[in-house]
Amino acid sequence: MNQDTKNIARGELLQGNEACARGAITAGVRFFAGYPITPSTEIAEYLARNLPKVGGKFIQMEDELASMAAIIGASLTGTKAMTATSGPGFSLMQENIGYAYMAEVPCVVVDVQRGGPSTGLPTKISQSDTMQARWGTHGDYYSIALAPSSVEECFTSTIQAVNLSEKYRTPVIVLMDEVIGHMREKVNLPDPKQIKIIDREKPTVPPDWYQHFEINPHFVSPMASFGEGYRFNVTGLTHDPFGFPTGQPKEIADKLDKLKNKIMHHADDIIQVRDELMENANMAVFAYGAAARAARQAVRMARQKRIKVGLIQPLTIWPFPDTYLKSVLEQLDLILVVELNQGQLVLEVERVSCGKAMVKSLNRYDGELITPEQIFNRIKEVR
Amino acid sequence: MEIYSEITHKYLRTKKRFPNVWCAGCGIGIALGAIIRAIDKLSLDRNEVVMVSGIGCSSRMPVYVDFNTLHTTHGRALAFATGVKLAKPSMKVIVITGDGDALAIGGNHFIHACRRNINITTILINNRIYGMTGGQYSPATPFMKFGTTAPYGNRERDFDIPMLAQTAGAPFVARGTVYHVVQLQKLVEAAIVKKGFSLVEVISQCHTLYGRLNKEGGAVEMMTWQKEHAVPIEAAKNLPPEKLKDKLLTGILWNVDIPEYCEEYDKIIAETKEVN
Repeated sequence: MNQDTKNIARGELLQGNEACARGAITAGVRFFAGYPITPSTEIAEYLARNLPKVGGKFIQMEDELASMAAIIGASLTGTKAMTATSGPGFSLMQENIGYAYMAEVPCVVVDVQRGGPSTGLPTKISQSDTMQARWGTHGDYYSIALAPSSVEECFTSTIQAVNLSEKYRTPVIVLMDEVIGHMREKVNLPDPKQIKIIDREKPTVPPDWYQHFEINPHFVSPMASFGEGYRFNVTGLTHDPFGFPTGQPKEIADKLDKLKNKIMHHADDIIQVRDELMENANMAVFAYGAAARAARQAVRMARQKRIKVGLIQPLTIWPFPDTYLKSVLEQLDLILVVELNQGQLVLEVERVSCGKAMVKSLNRYDGELITPEQIFNRIKEVR
Repeated sequence: MEIYSEITHKYLRTKKRFPNVWCAGCGIGIALGAIIRAIDKLSLDRNEVVMVSGIGCSSRMPVYVDFNTLHTTHGRALAFATGVKLAKPSMKVIVITGDGDALAIGGNHFIHACRRNINITTILINNRIYGMTGGQYSPATPFMKFGTTAPYGNRERDFDIPMLAQTAGAPFVARGTVYHVVQLQKLVEAAIVKKGFSLVEVISQCHTLYGRLNKEGGAVEMMTWQKEHAVPIEAAKNLPPEKLKDKLLTGILWNVDIPEYCEEYDKIIAETKEVN
């Protein structure tokens, strides 16, 4: 058996939605509540079949409002919990996603994006929920959203999402899309024993001293579970460190500062960016999710034509990778932002580049995946 | 009565969270007393009790009591509670909700919780109106009664709540009033002990809004109305239909045994683990 055959034998053919579901189980998710919706349904189907085998629970709720509520309830008992949906369901979940931000409940929401607005294009690709992952629910808050671009990244991003949600006591959104959700490709998934799994920090103080929303220097409070003797209160009302509703201006501001600081003070730990061919590049293509696949190929094609272009692929889109982008601005004359929407993350690129590099965009929103040739042609056009 | 308040005070977060939001004369506090005494009578470990609520006057209840408490979004208490119960079936999950919370915005969750038959006790405090937002008509406001959004009389029909729960599949349905507080405590006890989804509708008074808008008097007059209109289901069996007109049947109205959801799910876990 030659080396290639061995690799093929070791790898497996896997769908993005399945990889996401397997990542969830690997990360320790033992509770899933969901409602059927294309193109995310395979995640629910896989977990309905496989969660009970590891002692976990699957429940199909009456709608997405209830699904989101159920995973928050489950998480409060100390169980890692997740749901998966697509745009219309993601809209319905926003109410209780906001609750999870406010009540600081770890949980993961997978949005396998399709075209919108409204019922839109159930079986076609889109990246139009990018801003919904940042500003989907009402109020002032900071979010974490990851954007995998391959089947393997569906697996690793889901694990990272669970880890980040536990570490920072916050909902984490995984923005997949119809193409990577349904696509099958050969993957070599990492050995589960080599994967770092993070569990939420538990309190060490006696129940009388416990503050469920303690304000401390690292902004993340240790979290007791229901049934452990701490008997805390959880509410969506703005609350004091004990979890009781407050109208005190200082307590209100402290709470909102905490929601901001626990994300933004740890941005370097949260944010992951993959770049490629950035040495001596004076131009970069900025793309995430499925669009990054085509962009990678386009950048390689351009390099063969001696165009000095590199690829910036943020795996974390929220918080936005300000620091990384600032670090490459000196070398760049131009950034081409490729998105499968009418231009959402390009606004962030413009904000950070602040005129230092010219920002151009390429957008496709007709339900089809953008091609490397399209991006290559746009590179030639704008350089 | 002294003994009553001694029991109640053991379970209140007295230092942290008083005074409460309820108007003087409100029935919700009476219902809370009955619930606490039922929990005490059953000697439940308070660390094992999770009290879940939605939004509204009655849904403020969990904040005041020393259990694991979860004050959620409007209408969603049963969906949160389903997550808590399924993830940790050893917990005693009690949902506190109101007529608007459970039947309007939460109506879908309500019927599906009944149908699913998960072991949750739901106390639905029915004051026939949205109290917290100022007296708008609810799905429990009777035909031609008044609310601030029904200034010419409510032209919608109200739900028959026990019938709704029963036909949606709930195996245990009871109704009490805050006037009949001893009976109410017993109904809550029976609902907590029941394996499966149990509903207790508690007829209560909002004299501040419903009573004023409908000229039904203050708290005393409205509780007198409860006294005069409640008929225990056992007594009703011997009464002719004309004597039951406009009356409220109270007591355990429906009680059957059907498979409980968490236990059924545990069977799936046992079966699939064997296959492995």
